[in-house]
Amino acid sequence: MAEGKLQLAMYWAASCGGCDVAVLDVNEKILDIAAAADIRLWPIAMDFKYHDVEGWQDGEIDVCLFNGAVRNSEQAYLARLLRRKSRVMVAFGACASFGGIPGLANLHDRESIFQAVYGYTASTHNPEGTRPQTRLEVPEGTLTLPDFFDDVFALHQVVPVEYFVPGCPPTPKTIMTAIEAIVTGNLPPPGSVVGASTQSVCEECQREKSEKPVVAEYHRPQEVRVDPKRCLLEQGLTCMGSATRGGCGALCPAVNMPCRGCYGPMPRSLDMGADALAAMTTILEAADEETARNKTGRLADPLGTFYRFTLPVSMLRRAPKGPAVHS
Amino acid sequence: MARIGVFVCHCGTNIAGVVDVARVAEAARGWPDVVFATDYKFMCSDPGQALVKDTIVRENLDRVVVAACSPRMHEPTFRKACAMAGLNPFLFEMANIREHCSWVHEDREEATRKAIDLTRAAVAKARLLEPLQSRTVPVTQKVLVVGGGVAGIQAALDMANAGLKVVMVERRQSIGGRMAQLDKTFPTLDCSACILTPKMVQVAQHPNITLHTYSEVEQVRGFVGNFSVTIRRKARFVREDVCTACGVCIEKCPKKVDSEFEEGLGKRKAIYRDFPQAVPGRPVIDREHCTYFQNGKCRICEKFCEPGAIFWDDQDALIEEQVGAIVVATGYDLLEPDRLRPWGYGRYPDVMTGIEFERINNATGPTGGRIVCKDGREPQAVAILHCIGSRDRNHRHYCSRVCCMYALKFAHLIREKTTATVYNFYIDMRAFGKGYEEFYDRLLHEGVKFIRGKAACVTDEAMTPEEQGRLVVVAEATTLGEVIRVPVDMVILASAITPQRDAPEVARRFGMGLSPDQFFLEKHPKLEPFGTATDGVFLAGACQSPKDIPDTVAHAAAAASTAMSLVFRGIVEVEAQTAEVDAEACSGCKVCQDACPYGAISFLADRKVAEVNGGLCKGCGTCVATCPSGAIRGKGFTDAQVLSQIDALFA
Repeated sequence: MAEGKLQLAMYWAASCGGCDVAVLDVNEKILDIAAAADIRLWPIAMDFKYHDVEGWQDGEIDVCLFNGAVRNSEQAYLARLLRRKSRVMVAFGACASFGGIPGLANLHDRESIFQAVYGYTASTHNPEGTRPQTRLEVPEGTLTLPDFFDDVFALHQVVPVEYFVPGCPPTPKTIMTAIEAIVTGNLPPPGSVVGASTQSVCEECQREKSEKPVVAEYHRPQEVRVDPKRCLLEQGLTCMGSATRGGCGALCPAVNMPCRGCYGPMPRSLDMGADALAAMTTILEAADEETARNKTGRLADPLGTFYRFTLPVSMLRRAPKGPAVHS
Repeated sequence: MARIGVFVCHCGTNIAGVVDVARVAEAARGWPDVVFATDYKFMCSDPGQALVKDTIVRENLDRVVVAACSPRMHEPTFRKACAMAGLNPFLFEMANIREHCSWVHEDREEATRKAIDLTRAAVAKARLLEPLQSRTVPVTQKVLVVGGGVAGIQAALDMANAGLKVVMVERRQSIGGRMAQLDKTFPTLDCSACILTPKMVQVAQHPNITLHTYSEVEQVRGFVGNFSVTIRRKARFVREDVCTACGVCIEKCPKKVDSEFEEGLGKRKAIYRDFPQAVPGRPVIDREHCTYFQNGKCRICEKFCEPGAIFWDDQDALIEEQVGAIVVATGYDLLEPDRLRPWGYGRYPDVMTGIEFERINNATGPTGGRIVCKDGREPQAVAILHCIGSRDRNHRHYCSRVCCMYALKFAHLIREKTTATVYNFYIDMRAFGKGYEEFYDRLLHEGVKFIRGKAACVTDEAMTPEEQGRLVVVAEATTLGEVIRVPVDMVILASAITPQRDAPEVARRFGMGLSPDQFFLEKHPKLEPFGTATDGVFLAGACQSPKDIPDTVAHAAAAASTAMSLVFRGIVEVEAQTAEVDAEACSGCKVCQDACPYGAISFLADRKVAEVNGGLCKGCGTCVATCPSGAIRGKGFTDAQVLSQIDALFA
């Protein structure tokens, strides 16, 4: 890294804010970060304007931690701008890394989303059918809104990204490991995931596994009484642990909740949802195809379960629509 | 940079008739890394193979692609050709432009384009191929035979007589199986026990055969040539080294139990042997029914046992055996009794199955061989109903193959012993074996009545005075074109032969497949009807499909000879295109263990990772697809190789 303090920017795009809060979750270690870095941009904590960032020199920022997916033109603009200003771009959290929860909107396009949101949801009252416009002339001048894309994108689908820090949100340990690696310059080759494991959540999970896992039927966690010792998958919970990169310390399974997969796919994975689906259906007990079909048919919300955080980076890509966001 | 040679086969007109093979070769010449491409009339012929070999040497090829038929057909041929030219045989890839292209398309232009795409995909994969090494492993000089019926006995004796060590496991107290229950055999009418019991005795006395009756195979591990088998030898509470098989204990035991051997028509004791000529002759105590085990009193057998062989503290023993091959001869069962109710079984005492009639007709059976109704009187009329549950979409689709002939045999025996009128209700008379048609012809002249029509039901509801108090068989006589009612006194059901009830579990244990009818699946229906999906595991007898005795014996002898040719060769080559686990990437989730149909994956508890046994693995790729960590790699079918193929198809 450059001499003097690390020049750090943090930004949020299509995100819930949890990633920013997670940074604070490192508790007193935030002081270490403050000691090692000048935090130049952090919208959740400090005020700033576009022109502040636009005025920086290219490459002035050492590291940008970018959380949230890219869902509209403003986020895409900021992603490109920060990319230019930063020497190292980090996709921070599940949304920036894989599209995350907002990415599940990729089941639908802009039009069908608008139809629902401004049309027929139970809480919508919009008799005139008003839709958001990107531009409106009023006596006082021109009002603009960002353009809502047809798709949600992971950060690396919009701008080149050096590192990925997974998690929804990343755990304090993951954040500190990643930041220490950045501060000390002890970084893996670009394109790598930092702050997480190369093995799955199962590796960190303390639950007991039987010799040959077999599942009679899958359930949602609220439908069964969970044995606190046994492997959750074997108890018929759709635990994503075996298909999910570890590093979180298996926090969810430790408290009887099946892994949701927020640390994303394993290093060699081609498609995280397919990995999990293949694993879970393999151990599902079914004497014949019809039983198998019935049992898999009863899986609650398969897409939301298997692709909860990774739909935009999965193989399940519909033909691209809307403006191309790659610059 | 690879140096790839592409060879496009005409297969006479099989391929060239639809695909422009010259254009395929020409297209290949333009692809990166392809340094040679040509087409030839028959690539699999000697000159065709020579062309491959010469070109490898002349052009210094390091990859070979042959666009021809299915790899199932000629992959071994061309791999061998590559090896002979000094190229690792796994640097060869085949494009199937016959089964996948010329045979299923008519449009020459489109078929040619598809053939080019398929070949380009094969070339793309070939670029990424890696050399693999085949391994050979030694074969344990011992064979396990599972099941002690006539099939198991034949296989065991054949192998033992050739000098091979054989371990036979039978779950009942005695070997002999179904054949021991039969009275006479068709069409020769010789006594079943008379021809079987000498063979049973030979098994027991053979120095090369270790016999474990009242035992079951619990677990099978390992792979062809090197199986490790766990046998559970059930506690018998009789010391085998002390018991003299005098039978006094059986005589004195006060507890009577329905005899399995007599199909529940007769009784046995709680200390018992299956039948008088049982091999071994030493009895076992049936713990479930023994009075002493049930309420702590009795011990009469112990009191009368002069040598002192009763041993109450006996326990199940687990025996480990190492074998090179396994012959599965677990036999058959009969249609579930519930399914026989429409024909009166379980409702009327004088409706019985074929196997029950065998026991009734047998001199050592429950009636001492007298053919009588339950009330003791001799029947005036007997109906034999063919195809009960067989050739019936409601039950079993297949023909049970032995019923027609044993029905004829029954008819003959009933006529011999009684004055009863005998009716055969049949769909088609199937008399296909040696001497069978002649036997049918003989019966036609013995006054047996043949009614062409399957019995619909058996009832005791009389519609006429002469039906009163009798069993009425209702059937459509197809030759008359009308429904007829035939009053009789006894009904014999030729119930379908079925797989053993635990066939699916046994199939899993031995790594075998099941046919849709649940019989064990043979490796090839014509050329390897005694092989299975697992190398080194063979099938003998009716566990593969219903068979009569001669077919069973022939099948068993074939299984034995195939097992012998494997074992006596001494070494076996194991699959090179196997799966392998990258221990670094494996998280120990164990999902792959359930996926493997060959039981080739084990879990190393100390390192918490999965491991593939290269000897057992068939390279099917199921675990590769299943592994959620991407930690398993299919050699010869890696992700990179397969994806490059797909990319090339869409290029």
